[in-house]
Amino acid sequence: MPVETHEERGETASLLGEKQPLRCSLLCEAVAPDFHQVWNLMETRSWEPLPLSDATLRSHDSWTCSPLVPEYRLWDPVHMFLTPVVPHWPFYNLDTMFVRGLKRKCFDGEEDIEGTLAGIKAIPSYNLQRQSLLDMSLVKLQLCHMLVEPNLCRSVLIANTVRQIQEEMTQDGTWQMINTQSTGQASVDRLVSTDILCRSSREQAEGKHVPGYSTFSKDFEGDQAQDSSETMSTASSVQAPRNLPSNVWEMENPQENKGNFQKSLDQIFETLENKTPNSVEDLFSEVDNSYYDLDTMLTGMMSNTKMGHCDGLESFSSPTTTTSSSNCKSDLNELDHIVEILVES
Amino acid sequence: MVFLPFFNYRFRKMKCFSRYLSYIFRPATSILSCSCHTEADIISTVEFNHTGELLATGDKGGRVVIFQREQESKNQPHRRGEYNVYSTFQSHEPEFDYLKSLEIEEKINKIRWLPQQNAAYFLLSTNDKTVKLWKVSERDKRPEGYNLKDEDGRLRDPSMITTLRVPVLRPMDLMVEATPRRVFANAHTYHINSISVNSDYETYMSADDLRINLWNFEITNQSFNIVDIKPANMEELTEVITAAEFHPHHCNTFVYSSSKGTIRLCDMRTSALCDRHAKFFEEPEDPSNRSFFSEIISSISDVKFSHSGRYIMTRDYLTVKVWDLNMENRPIETYQVHDYLRSKLCSLYENDCIFDKFECVWNGSDSVIMTGSYNNFFRMFDRNTKRDVTLEASRENSKPRAILKPRKVCVGGKRRKDEISVDSLDFSKKILHTAWHPSENIIAVAATNNLYIFQDKVN
Repeated sequence: MPVETHEERGETASLLGEKQPLRCSLLCEAVAPDFHQVWNLMETRSWEPLPLSDATLRSHDSWTCSPLVPEYRLWDPVHMFLTPVVPHWPFYNLDTMFVRGLKRKCFDGEEDIEGTLAGIKAIPSYNLQRQSLLDMSLVKLQLCHMLVEPNLCRSVLIANTVRQIQEEMTQDGTWQMINTQSTGQASVDRLVSTDILCRSSREQAEGKHVPGYSTFSKDFEGDQAQDSSETMSTASSVQAPRNLPSNVWEMENPQENKGNFQKSLDQIFETLENKTPNSVEDLFSEVDNSYYDLDTMLTGMMSNTKMGHCDGLESFSSPTTTTSSSNCKSDLNELDHIVEILVES
Repeated sequence: MVFLPFFNYRFRKMKCFSRYLSYIFRPATSILSCSCHTEADIISTVEFNHTGELLATGDKGGRVVIFQREQESKNQPHRRGEYNVYSTFQSHEPEFDYLKSLEIEEKINKIRWLPQQNAAYFLLSTNDKTVKLWKVSERDKRPEGYNLKDEDGRLRDPSMITTLRVPVLRPMDLMVEATPRRVFANAHTYHINSISVNSDYETYMSADDLRINLWNFEITNQSFNIVDIKPANMEELTEVITAAEFHPHHCNTFVYSSSKGTIRLCDMRTSALCDRHAKFFEEPEDPSNRSFFSEIISSISDVKFSHSGRYIMTRDYLTVKVWDLNMENRPIETYQVHDYLRSKLCSLYENDCIFDKFECVWNGSDSVIMTGSYNNFFRMFDRNTKRDVTLEASRENSKPRAILKPRKVCVGGKRRKDEISVDSLDFSKKILHTAWHPSENIIAVAATNNLYIFQDKVN
């Protein structure tokens, strides 16, 4: 798949070197899968099968072709869960990607930095900025202080911001969730819809009206029956005062299923409301009584960490064990800390 | 002679600052600060009592320190009553909720004084979960001459007693003792963010993120729930309560603010559960300023009634607004506290500074309002003259009797001397808590673990 550089698109090159535009464009194109990866982390908490399956991953060229993507985001699900989330989130890299003055430039459209230097710098696209804000927000929601109850006001504000971005992305049509079955079988329909997804997202980014929406939604409907998690209806299930008249998906798919995103948010609030002894677990998964025992939870975690790459992917299909492993890994340190405290007390 | 033109030049320069000054403050005493810089010493609340004689501070370590104003002495009339430490006590201890495996912080969220009704002082202090009523009393006499025990307290052998005497009260060194008189616990699932004493002095309310409870001072095992905004389905939660306060004169009226930038005024006479507001204050959003952070910066962090009871003041992230209780659709005054941060919201969101909860205060006559900012700056706005001033609470600038120099933040372009650029602001030094004496121009400013007390210049 040819990768466009910023020069080809008529954008100015970044000061950081020739490779920089390449990175930018890859990140833009990888919006769908990367975004999708983020939701994975959310979804594992909800015990729902991850929409990403092995087949879907391989089918998406942009995920596999670039060695640069892991630098930004470890889209490899196993790696993502193994390594701490925070340092690898793209917005940290975005800071270096944007020359220093750009860091201050946010989406509210304020004036550019002083000096002519500003004109030369590569200005990140609105979608990219929105994406990084969304990721940042999700990280903030995920990282909660394990010892003290998280601040509900802060969580609510961040969640509302995430909802707002999600609504806007749904309106723009850049919101894409790939339908997958819990069994992980990738039907031809699904692959087709994935292509249309990517195509439509690219077309959207270029500002074209996508006539393929209706066809896409039909494909979608075809998969609807088999699907357990539905993202499009997220827009409708979200308590939003705004209309989304342009959202065909919303009309086609009424309140049948709860969206992954909504569910993830739900989980967070449920957790905030009903803390169990293993709050780490609950934040990421439905309440499972077996996890009340810290020991079993830890041993369960430890056994899961030994899973290999493929195992990790396959394990996404099985709701029971995945969620704990994926989420626990990122919070191993905090859990250790909790154990220390419990043992000492 | 050399000095004169120089002086004129400086005076002229000063002039442009003095135009904005309604008050020139100078510190009355040296800075009262804790010696150690641990996190437990971070001041989390500041409150004058109703006469202004006492100033209470609460910190993250659960301690309450009360300062008392010296009686003005005729010998040194220019030293108008400095504040000294009066009492220190540990109000709350850290707790561990075993059911949820979570710590309950001992940080004092709010202190509210009760009006004085006898020789003792009463205050309410609260952490995230428990409200306590403390009695602070002085003891300057002690009884001497007991029959059954001697001066050291040892029991005397009754067979050795030959005479009886009546114990007399003799003066002793002043001792200030604080005793917890009531503990109001187990009524809040979420973190308590406000307490407010009612004007009837018999009840008070405590507000957490989703509920407000009404207490009677005498009853600790029960409270009335008067506001409950918890949705049946927690997944639908989009709004939380951020602050609440009783009307200063009408014991049936109170307001509470939300994270969506709205204020609701409720009348307890209408129903037991005040979920339906009597008045709803909300300013329509400015579409030109809309961004992803609009909702976060509109979240109200503090709400205060004016002393007159006619107005309420709200603080959101970038502004202070004054509302007339009779007009619900928009505030009557809006003051920009640090609008230069509007372009930095992204970074402030990243480092969580956007969630800082600044407080705001009225002066005694409701003519000036004050609030804090970053870099240890605090701002005052004169409502009548529409002038404002930015001052800094720092050790370097706070030699006793030194006049505080107004500060200015330059937004872009050329930076004048003495101005500070937005990028140089220290966002870890924030002034969240301030207090104003109820009748005089004395202010207390809490900057992390330092407490600054300033008085206005005596002309």
